[in-house]
Amino acid sequence: MTFGLRGRSATRAARKSVDALPDGLWTKCPGCGEILFNKELEKNLRICGKCGHHYRLGAWYRIKITVDDDNFTQFDEHLSTVNPLDFPDYDAKIVKGRQSSGLQEAVITGVGEIGGHKTVLGVADFGFMGGSMGGVVGEKIVRAMEYAVENKLPVVLFTASGGARMQEGILSLMQMAKTAAACAKLHEAGLPYIVVFTDPTTAGVHASFASIGDFTFAEPGALVGFAGARVAQQAGVIHRPDNFQKSEFQLEHGMVDRVVSRRELKGVIEKTLNFCLGKAAGPTLLSGDKENGNEF
Amino acid sequence: MSSDQWNVLDFEKPIAQLDDQIAEIKRLTQERGEERAEDIAALEADRDRLLAEVFQNLKPWDRTLLARHPKRPYTLDYARLMFDDYTELHGDRLFADDHAMVGGIATLDGREVMFVGQQKGRDLKDRQYRNFGSAKPEGYRKALRLMKLAAKFKRPVICFVDTPAADCSVGSEERGISEAIARNMMEMSALPTPIVAVVLGEGGSGGAIGIAVADRVMMMENSVYSVIPPEGCAAILWRDPTRAKDAAEALKITSQEALQLGVVDEIIPEPLGGAHRSAEMAAKNVKSAIIKSLDELGKLSKTKLLDQRYKKFRDIGAWQEAPAPVVQDTDEG
Repeated sequence: MTFGLRGRSATRAARKSVDALPDGLWTKCPGCGEILFNKELEKNLRICGKCGHHYRLGAWYRIKITVDDDNFTQFDEHLSTVNPLDFPDYDAKIVKGRQSSGLQEAVITGVGEIGGHKTVLGVADFGFMGGSMGGVVGEKIVRAMEYAVENKLPVVLFTASGGARMQEGILSLMQMAKTAAACAKLHEAGLPYIVVFTDPTTAGVHASFASIGDFTFAEPGALVGFAGARVAQQAGVIHRPDNFQKSEFQLEHGMVDRVVSRRELKGVIEKTLNFCLGKAAGPTLLSGDKENGNEF
Repeated sequence: MSSDQWNVLDFEKPIAQLDDQIAEIKRLTQERGEERAEDIAALEADRDRLLAEVFQNLKPWDRTLLARHPKRPYTLDYARLMFDDYTELHGDRLFADDHAMVGGIATLDGREVMFVGQQKGRDLKDRQYRNFGSAKPEGYRKALRLMKLAAKFKRPVICFVDTPAADCSVGSEERGISEAIARNMMEMSALPTPIVAVVLGEGGSGGAIGIAVADRVMMMENSVYSVIPPEGCAAILWRDPTRAKDAAEALKITSQEALQLGVVDEIIPEPLGGAHRSAEMAAKNVKSAIIKSLDELGKLSKTKLLDQRYKKFRDIGAWQEAPAPVVQDTDEG
């Protein structure tokens, strides 16, 4: 197994990124029904100016608004999916996922700077098969975390996923254990681990690496929870509160630290990194500094 | 074996009929003092031939039904049959005691061990009491509490997996079922004591892996281990829960398939016809497999043990490194 920097700059790769918004001039807000100018929406970080509805973002867009000055180098760009179980129709779905998202797989990992802190960043993209976690997503997350441990860097992950990828069967279930084990290595090394739940973060991803960060933030109104609606329905869960499995529900029940608007997210992440590492620390600040680390 | 119709699977019916005939003849010989040993032996031979035939051709869906068999031995049955002695311990010290997750201290062939596992119920009332084997956050937190105690006193942990899924009620969501499962996996990956997990019946998704990050993972011959129940998979992929049989094939959920995929280390043989035909024999096989594993693991240093455990899960999964540098997004999959 090898890993390293085999990436290109965010700008170059972002050219290929597929816009998460529908084509055309206008978009109707699913939150309030308001007709929104796409150009306005774009300027507004894809938040509805009227009701504050947060649109889902493509991974590259997210990276662009999170890192300092396009400072990002991608890891494992060419790691791609095979069909280990020979699952019916899976190959076609992968091809479709690539076309619709413009990505190789459902997560982009790499290293960039956030508020001057060199940071390992992972961003999931719901556009690729619902952001589901199969072997490639698991492997990329784990390689990113191992890179962080080796280079003593903080980790920031933006999650967006329907859960483990059914088409890889038991192998994708094992990615939950695999990523959770890598989280243990992060904590052991005393490195900051920040998770941001974006819409939606559910099931196998929510029940593994996503839920064991040191700091957990969530975008407003995101669906965040264990069982997807269809699974819960099958299990006979009928009566559910109105805000069930929303970010605000998770906040109310003590499962996230803050619900943070997209506009303030970068600032909050920077403040958190400053708390852990000191202001605008270089990449080596943490070396031999386990006592001051963020052990849980 | 009674042919109580609710407790017999379709493909077991011809076997159950022979079982009934044998029982009937045995009863008559006792009542009337007739000597019909030859008849009994012939019928038993017939039955065993039939059993072997039926069980040679089991499909993944049949295994699923066997794994969920209402007469299948459950965690506490194994505890009773395997351990010299065991004492159940309760509660997560945070919220409640979860009856779907049991655990406690036990003696296995003279050695002190900790065990945890999901527990299903036998009759309707008992099933409700055990929440059908679906543990809540407090269950996973109880299990972790017990595992940490085991590590503190340098005792190995035995995990019995038998759950359709973790509980997904509103209450479980409120108390962080995801967090509880995630934390268990993380803590187990670094728990400084040997851990052995056995999938006894249903290895249901996150609910199963939440107590199955172990140095040795074993499956009973007729158990299943899956990311989603076949019915759920069929409902989501094909909008048709009745295609569960197809989903069971596609998901590769049997012990043989899990072994081939490198997800489990060993298959524990069951008596012919399934564990429910002789819980004693099933427990004997589980016991000897666990003892063998613990003997091997006991020889490893703490560092070696944890390194191996990390690597074991680290290496699971399939991907390809497409030849770099690729400029265009072509479909090289």
